[in-house]
Amino acid sequence: MNKVLSVLVDILREPSILVALMALIGLLAQKKNLPDIIKGTTKTFVGFLVIAAGAGILQNALAPFGDMFQHAFHVKGVVPNNEAIVAIALTKYGTNTALIMFFGMIANILIARFTRFKYIFLTGHHTLYMACMIAVIMTVAGFTSAPLIIIGAIALGIIMSLSPAMLQPFMRKLTGNDNVALGHFGGVGYALSGLVGKAIGGKNPKSTEDINFPKGLGFLRDSTVSIALTMAVIYVIVALFAGPSYIHQHLSNGQNYIVFSLIQAGTFAAGVFIILSGVRLVLAEIVPAFKGISTKIVPNAKPALDCPIVYPFAPNAVLIGFFSSFVGGIVSMLIMTLTGGVIILPGVVPHFFTGATAGVIGNATGGVRGSVLGSFVNGILISFLPVFLMPVLGDLGFANSTFSDADFGVAGIFLGSLANHGGKGAIIVGILVVLAIMVLFSIRKRAKDMNSNIGA
Amino acid sequence: MKILAVCGSGLGTSFMVEMNIKQILDELGVTDVEVEHSDLSSATPGDADVFFLAKDIAEGGAGLGEVVILESIIDMDELRTKVTEVLRQKNVI
Repeated sequence: MNKVLSVLVDILREPSILVALMALIGLLAQKKNLPDIIKGTTKTFVGFLVIAAGAGILQNALAPFGDMFQHAFHVKGVVPNNEAIVAIALTKYGTNTALIMFFGMIANILIARFTRFKYIFLTGHHTLYMACMIAVIMTVAGFTSAPLIIIGAIALGIIMSLSPAMLQPFMRKLTGNDNVALGHFGGVGYALSGLVGKAIGGKNPKSTEDINFPKGLGFLRDSTVSIALTMAVIYVIVALFAGPSYIHQHLSNGQNYIVFSLIQAGTFAAGVFIILSGVRLVLAEIVPAFKGISTKIVPNAKPALDCPIVYPFAPNAVLIGFFSSFVGGIVSMLIMTLTGGVIILPGVVPHFFTGATAGVIGNATGGVRGSVLGSFVNGILISFLPVFLMPVLGDLGFANSTFSDADFGVAGIFLGSLANHGGKGAIIVGILVVLAIMVLFSIRKRAKDMNSNIGA
Repeated sequence: MKILAVCGSGLGTSFMVEMNIKQILDELGVTDVEVEHSDLSSATPGDADVFFLAKDIAEGGAGLGEVVILESIIDMDELRTKVTEVLRQKNVI
């Protein structure tokens, strides 16, 4: 009997098998036929192992960068990239991540069903990344086994509901209706951009779409191209500062230092490419199941979707937002070099996706000025949040990469500082208080609605 | 026949478009059309018969072959019209 049990535990401890089981449950719930079930379950299983393989490649490409940066500037340089940090973290926290993700999605559905926060968060890769970050922080705080999963899942469910809810006023203004929500964990940056736009836009702000703007930077939206190009630029600059003698002796084994740097930058992009394919395989069956189940249980919920859904509303603001946010990242980097400590390098991927979204939202509330300044503020925000996030990530804080988008920073720092000040108890209380506020808010609103119905 | 939905990172947007196309195929009672999603870098002309992409990456995906550009990726009516049109052209319905 004990033997059977230990085999069972071994199976469930293996994250690749666990996510395959999640996919299997999803496929069964959708009543798919046998070939589809076998195909989907196997692909999910392999997908998880693909992510792990990509993580190895990525780590090998990032390690020399960290060494060079340290040697050249005597401080630590970090390139925030969600895919990089999640892939590294999954090798150790995979099982807990998978379980928190699974139960977190259930928590999201329950919150949508029973409170007024009717948002179903459908951006699966961000759900995965957030589950991973929560798993890390909760483990560092001392949680294990069931409490880790339950509290972590509640936290994830809350974040999946709150982030779109916070952005809905801006989405209403942007889209002109209330049918679609924004589900992307750069949320705090977008809300801030919207508020900045509102504050400085004036009465009749001039929209970004009224100006003629050169197009042709569309190739940056191809993530492999943008990652490889920026990493090459950053890597070569750092290599020049580190000097050929150091690199030839300690890192490249005699290979020319510029060639070595270019290859490492390309390898980094290759690692991200592999990880993305893995993430795609893992999510392919889980997200449709989540969507199917949630539409059955919460029919009037709003789907919260990935950030590019807002781009077509203001294509000029997309480019303005990206540049402005990137400039914010560079300004922040310069400030950090003056103050010392960790230096966060501006990564093109987070600045593109979150900067562009902040630009569109800022334009909706404050026109050109809102777009420029809103996304600039976003750029500063996503540069400084990682500085405070990294210390609460335990060993993972020492990796040469970290989580990039604003909500990861805000949620992580919130949970991490609760843990630092009051340990596990503080985290449990903190999460339950937030949940209680959400429930109370729903009850009060409902009572108000009923009163006004009676009044009418 | 195979349809491929494409976006910049191949994670969120294209996946949503894929799910919506599948829903439309269901509504139309079409069963023998395969739908998948991908990022712009990995997509090659041989991957599918028809490619669906949003307006913002129209330029980057122009070389893929038979491309359908979506003005708005959240507009189900537009998607339904365009999917139906493609299926008629290919004599699937």
